[in-house]
Amino acid sequence: MDYGLDTKSTRLKTFNTIFIITWLLIACFPFIWTFWGSFKVRADFFSRSDWWYAISAFNTLIETGGKFTTNAYTEAWTEGEFWKASKNTIIVTVFVVSISLFLGTLGAYALSRSTEKYAFWILMIALIFRAMPHITLVSGYLFPFFELQIWGILPTTIVVLVAINQPFTLWLLYSFFKTVPKELDESALIDGCSYFQAFRHIIMPVMWPGVITAGLFSLMLAYNDFTVTALLLNQENHTMVPKIQSYLGTNQHEGNLMWAVSAVVSATAPLFMLVMFFQRQVISGLTAGAVKG
Amino acid sequence: MGIIFPHLIKILMPNKTFFWFFLPTGLAMILFIGLPIISTGIQSFYAQHDQVVKEVKKCDPFGCTVSIVVDNEETTKIRNAKPLGKFNAFGTYTDRNHLAVDEIKKFWNETESFGAFVDQVTNLPFYKALIFTLTYCLFVTPNVLLLGFIIALSLNAVARKIRGPLIFGTILPMIVTPLVGSLVLFWMIDSQGIIGANIQNLMNDPYLSLKSSKTLTWITIIIYGIWHHSPFAFVVFYAALQTVPQEPIEAAIIDGASRLQRIKHIVLPHIYPVVTFVALISLMDNFRVFEPIIGFSAEGSAQSLSWLIYDNLVNEEVILFGSAAATSMMTIIGIAILLAPVLIRTWKEFKTAR
Repeated sequence: MDYGLDTKSTRLKTFNTIFIITWLLIACFPFIWTFWGSFKVRADFFSRSDWWYAISAFNTLIETGGKFTTNAYTEAWTEGEFWKASKNTIIVTVFVVSISLFLGTLGAYALSRSTEKYAFWILMIALIFRAMPHITLVSGYLFPFFELQIWGILPTTIVVLVAINQPFTLWLLYSFFKTVPKELDESALIDGCSYFQAFRHIIMPVMWPGVITAGLFSLMLAYNDFTVTALLLNQENHTMVPKIQSYLGTNQHEGNLMWAVSAVVSATAPLFMLVMFFQRQVISGLTAGAVKG
Repeated sequence: MGIIFPHLIKILMPNKTFFWFFLPTGLAMILFIGLPIISTGIQSFYAQHDQVVKEVKKCDPFGCTVSIVVDNEETTKIRNAKPLGKFNAFGTYTDRNHLAVDEIKKFWNETESFGAFVDQVTNLPFYKALIFTLTYCLFVTPNVLLLGFIIALSLNAVARKIRGPLIFGTILPMIVTPLVGSLVLFWMIDSQGIIGANIQNLMNDPYLSLKSSKTLTWITIIIYGIWHHSPFAFVVFYAALQTVPQEPIEAAIIDGASRLQRIKHIVLPHIYPVVTFVALISLMDNFRVFEPIIGFSAEGSAQSLSWLIYDNLVNEEVILFGSAAATSMMTIIGIAILLAPVLIRTWKEFKTAR
């Protein structure tokens, strides 16, 4: 919105700059600080005596002989079995994303091409499903899953996450499919293609941007999930986020706080890198539902 | 006709084709969203079995004593025979941990002033959680809209070249999971963290800490909520701002409208539909708040409805399925009340469109 006629006063410009810098500081500093602190020992990052130790690395020097230490990382990844948690996260994420996209593209394509009334109602029901707090669904799963003895294993969690993810994926892909002109697949149908062939060979090739966006959101849901993974997986199969929570410890059991700090950094870094790379897609996905209507 | 003017024929997707395309996703949603809601509903009418007790007579030279002990064998047998528990009808809904009908009646009769009555009621677990959840929604949602809008306006005035990195920095709080986001803040705000320690120094009160005060905890969680959700509002508003038409704005500038007037009379009306969308999504998300309570270890002074369910489900002795399910059903009803205006509006639009 560069107004050709609009000249801004310098006062307003300065104010604007200060505001943005302040906001960015609030938004980013906690992450920078955690990253910095993850290379210190606990007595420095959570100092009882002086918060400045976190910067001067007073205890880190005494305990390890250097200003920075990677002890927290090595311990969390080996002793804390964070490698196992990240392996589980990778398995869950890969399967959730691929299955979600497969089901979602098929369903959303049908919804976008159907002119029947039920397509509208399905979208409404999906919206209601989207609003369900995940924990209420989990309270519905637990008992039957115990009875069927499928609790605690990765496949169950993957299927549950796929299902929970469907309403959002459907809405997102639906709005993307709507932007692909109908004439494209109609001409293919006239030429004798079946619906599936038109979908597979005509529509999907032009849908990649939408599919990437939907994939990113499925990935973020699976990667970030706490409610489902914490309650539906056993200790052995825990993914990263519930693992981080287990490092925090409870009142009875002292956790290892520095493990949690390094695990938070390890879990967040790949996500940030991914978003940096796909920033455009993330933003188009968030706005697809809102702006395009 | 169709061959000469292919654009004139309207191809309708046959119901059968629609069915096969939609079957996989529909099945997934029915099995893992629809059925669990029904399952929750059924479970909410059952309660876990009481332990079976038996009298054990113990005799020694000084006489006999009768003691009551838990019959583990019998208890397990009953639990295995009827794993769902005993039928409890609406018993769980009305008990002390949920709607607490009896307690409220008692408080009503016993307390002298209305204030004391409200005090008593808001100490009951369900009402306490409900009040926290609503307070959180009430404070977070409008502030998210406001802050998101201001950031969008402000970033929109920055030179295009440097916007990319600025947007990346802005959306960071949103892409991390709430648990991690709240932990990262908690480690700074805690009495041993950088901000907490400095506030203690500033206020000259070495015992000032987040955990010591209920109000402080609530404020922190609300601030966290605004921090976490504002980027979402920002992104949507920012995208909407790109679509605001230029001509009316230029005309307004020529007519001498101030910046504020232009925002009020041109920009806001244009993005109004998007504002409702953001408000709705953010309301839905805020209503399910629960991870920050774990992240900030604030269980002591702040409990939300979702947290109550979580707490029942991770109960160490025996999982309280019935209790969790009853709270879940009431949460779903809450969501339905929140969504009702939107659904009714959409339905009306749909009817007039026909």
